[in-house]
Amino acid sequence: MMMALDLTLYIAKASTVLAILFCSMRLLRGPTAQDRVLALDTLWICCMLLALLLGMRFGSNVYFELAMLIALTGFISTIALAKFLMRGELIE
Amino acid sequence: MTTAADLPAWLVIPVILFLLIGSLLTVVGALGLLRLPNFMQRIHGPAITITLGAGSILIASMLLFSGLESRPVVHELLITLFVFMTAPMAAMMIMRAAVYRNIRNRKKES
Repeated sequence: MMMALDLTLYIAKASTVLAILFCSMRLLRGPTAQDRVLALDTLWICCMLLALLLGMRFGSNVYFELAMLIALTGFISTIALAKFLMRGELIE
Repeated sequence: MTTAADLPAWLVIPVILFLLIGSLLTVVGALGLLRLPNFMQRIHGPAITITLGAGSILIASMLLFSGLESRPVVHELLITLFVFMTAPMAAMMIMRAAVYRNIRNRKKES
């Protein structure tokens, strides 16, 4: 039972890293600026999931706070970038 | 506090199921972001990652930590609530910016 849980955690971590790779390919390639902002938003969420999975692997509560911080900063950065795309400046 | 080795099977099996579903949906959403042809179709891919993928992995984490600490642990609900509240707002801001930029570019061309 323990081995099955470990194996599943390995699979989950590998697929999250794969998702991070896909997002960064879109971030580097994206034809327009809004594609890059969307890819960055998804990249934040995938990194939050990776932090959660590491916390489950090591059984520690510190990673939960890390995931919470990543979610907060990701939201603020996405809103700021979208506002910048719309107006061309942040503080008017 | 119990270790992960002596968790009961009725707790480990739902954790494994939720982890598999969550990781599969995360990869599918990111693949949609990479492969779909234009921006308005591409914005549908990450919605799967943010809602279903993140939700399943958060439920799995909640179950596993409840088993490890032998008491109900619900503080992952904070992240779930926050992500589910803010993801539509972020998507709406990006979409609105994209629509404005498309209109501006069309005006500049004509």
